[in-house]
Amino acid sequence: MKTAVIVFPGSNCDRDLAVALREVTGTEPAMVWHGETDLPEGVGLVAVPGGFSYGDYLRSGAIAARSPVMRAVVEGANKGLPVLGVCNGFQVLTEAGLLPGALMRNAGLNFVCRDVPLVVDNAQTSFTARYEAGETIRVPVAHHDGNYFADAETLDRLEGEGRVAFRYGEDVNGSARNIAGLINAAGNVLGMMPHPERRIEGAHGGTDGRRLFEGLVEAVGA
Amino acid sequence: MKVRIFVTLKPGVLDPQGRAIHHALGSLGFEGVDDVRAGKLFEIEVADTTTDEQLDGMCRQLLANTVIENYRIERL
Repeated sequence: MKTAVIVFPGSNCDRDLAVALREVTGTEPAMVWHGETDLPEGVGLVAVPGGFSYGDYLRSGAIAARSPVMRAVVEGANKGLPVLGVCNGFQVLTEAGLLPGALMRNAGLNFVCRDVPLVVDNAQTSFTARYEAGETIRVPVAHHDGNYFADAETLDRLEGEGRVAFRYGEDVNGSARNIAGLINAAGNVLGMMPHPERRIEGAHGGTDGRRLFEGLVEAVGA
Repeated sequence: MKVRIFVTLKPGVLDPQGRAIHHALGSLGFEGVDDVRAGKLFEIEVADTTTDEQLDGMCRQLLANTVIENYRIERL
């Protein structure tokens, strides 16, 4: 399956995501620069990487969300193209309006960089199909702005619709209801602050992130 | 024409930066500071023909994230 990784000025997890995608698909992903106006022909999965796109100017992800390539990503996502946003990628997807809510400065103000327990809240999504509901995995986070915010009504709706894919197993950054990862209403877009691409082979200290990519590729690659 | 746009967090949205600034003011010995909310100020030079709708669009589409922020436009 053809995959693509979006690259913004300031992205720094783009190559980690590319390695993860290559590992599970056996094909080199296309690296797509932010100034492109179209996605490569035939792409079946787009990943928006972590990092500090545009230096986090204005708000994390705000400028990236208005870049030319994101218009193509939003258009694709609205037609059902699977899109995975990790860390800064999650911030970009909320700023682009593909996912509700916002990611604010961590409640404790510190940059948090460590392994965290992550509970799989909904295992029925194409992103979480290889996990068990309620299972706790360990994946690292590395962010300053991961404090998920949405109003109470939105949070109730998201929970009611099974849109919370992952929750932190402990308070990591002050996120509302410990939300760590969300899907859109159609289920083809996932944004998450933790980094599954940093846990795909034993040398990483664990492989808990690998199943996300394997399940996703299986779900969408047929 | 110069326009000032103030972007502030909505009431009820936690502001950890404002809280840290509040604590720092306290540790400098300033008493009686009840609360601090941090925000942003944009000073923008625009054509005199720029409409209110255009300024509003700039705020909604980029300068403010209306999930968490309010904005106020001031023409100078």
